[in-house]
Amino acid sequence: MKRIYVNEKWCLGCHLCEYYCAFANSGQDDMVKALKDITINPRIQIEQRGNISFAVSCRHCDEPLCVKGCITGALTIEGGVITIGQEKCVGCYTCIMSCPYGAIMPSSDHRAIQKCELCTKNNAGEPACVKGCPNKAIVYEERGTRG
Amino acid sequence: MKYVIIGNSAAAVGAVEAIRTRDQDGLITVVAKEPHHVYSRPLISYLLREETDGERMKYRPDDFYIKNGVHALLGESACAIDPDKKEVALKSGGKLLYDKLLVAAGSQPFVPPVQGAAKVKRKFTFLSLDDARALQQALFPEARVLILGAGLIGLKCAEGIADKAASVTVVDLADRVLPSILDERGSEIMRRHIEAQNVDFRLSDSIASLTGGTALLKSGEVIPFDILVFAVGVHPNTDLVRAAGGAVNRGVVTDTRCCTTLPDVYAAGDCAESHDITTGTDRVLALWPNAYMQGECAGLNMAGGDRIFDRAMPMNAIGFFGLHIITAGSCEGESCVFEQDGSYKRLVIRDGKLVGYILIGAVERAGIYTALIRDRTPLNSIDFELIKEKPQLMAFSKMDRLRKLGGLD
Repeated sequence: MKRIYVNEKWCLGCHLCEYYCAFANSGQDDMVKALKDITINPRIQIEQRGNISFAVSCRHCDEPLCVKGCITGALTIEGGVITIGQEKCVGCYTCIMSCPYGAIMPSSDHRAIQKCELCTKNNAGEPACVKGCPNKAIVYEERGTRG
Repeated sequence: MKYVIIGNSAAAVGAVEAIRTRDQDGLITVVAKEPHHVYSRPLISYLLREETDGERMKYRPDDFYIKNGVHALLGESACAIDPDKKEVALKSGGKLLYDKLLVAAGSQPFVPPVQGAAKVKRKFTFLSLDDARALQQALFPEARVLILGAGLIGLKCAEGIADKAASVTVVDLADRVLPSILDERGSEIMRRHIEAQNVDFRLSDSIASLTGGTALLKSGEVIPFDILVFAVGVHPNTDLVRAAGGAVNRGVVTDTRCCTTLPDVYAAGDCAESHDITTGTDRVLALWPNAYMQGECAGLNMAGGDRIFDRAMPMNAIGFFGLHIITAGSCEGESCVFEQDGSYKRLVIRDGKLVGYILIGAVERAGIYTALIRDRTPLNSIDFELIKEKPQLMAFSKMDRLRKLGGLD
């Protein structure tokens, strides 16, 4: 299946992916309205130090420790995409304890977790971070199995 | 192939799902005492807080058994295993033949013998859905609740009922709360946080005797109560395996393939021991993720696969009244301790590797620490100063980062 891959060589550290992610998952159709005056809580997050930067989001592992460990069954794999049923999730953070990439984070209201679902539940189509990356540091492609 | 699974929780589901990745046709029978569709046991305190309900507590969708071709005998008990005839005797009188058997029988609450307990009408344990519903029914706004046990179960119960009772008092023989997962400072932080929420503690104390509505503590204090909850711990359900001649220590003895010492009999979950890589000892790790992964390993091997489960360790993610804790591994080793802005962190290092951690408050990306323990990553292969500050992939070598995030084609 197609997954998101990140190459730090091309990452400018511009954080645009974070904004595109937050917008795509805001449910709004105007980026300014969606993001103005709010602290974004994107599902892809940049790590930055000195002149190195890269984006981290869910790897959609083939053997996902988050799904196996989920105490509620809220995390599931659908066609290779790991998705979260937020209405079922109670925010115990077992998945945050389990994910080796640190790619799962609390939702803004802290009642559940959130994670990259490859924009399968919003209207972005192709993942918004990939489309919005100005330097192709984030790509969406087929590379076989992993994790 | 005939598979029989005794139990219907995380380990059983792990086994069913694993078996079906290799064998679509074999007959799977699940036998479980509780009459309920598979549900998430740890959610019972969330049920009391009305943060979930019976529907959302279902661990798998309603069609789980049908979809996986599972014959579910719920409300039925297995009462004996005959390893020679390869059959399981049922309480209702029937027998089930098996080619491969998984014992995922879980645990039951330990109720200590306390003088006068028999006379207490409203007393409960807190492990199952029925326990939680019974407690819920008994609660009333003026109720004074006494909980024996300041561990994970007792405190989750306290959280569940704190705003539904007039008072909640927790008694424990230990001198601190959550001693199984926290160090002293961590316990102190959590105790203070929980005390601020209508929960009182009587630590280093125990119930000497009970009358109908009062508890006499060892210290001499008398505590009147309306409802009593026993939350002092659990007992692994090992009787079936022991009676069949299988080796049992505290839990059922298993190897890294989750086999017991009986042929074609596997064990997983709270009734079984696993090898804790952070202490090097075999012990019962009664934890949901561990149960699922043991069950999965057992299931794969039952269906002819060759899986090893050798990454077990204690780990807990749990929150009380909005303050989150994530801990993993062992506390034995050299420690780095940080405390800042209401958050607490302890990293434990032994032989150049991370072997344990405690995080309270700031728990973001804790899994990066867990992975260091699980993978036994030599700390001199990463930027430890950086990762000490907070979990981050930046601390890994460039090559590792490329591998993890996909920069390598």
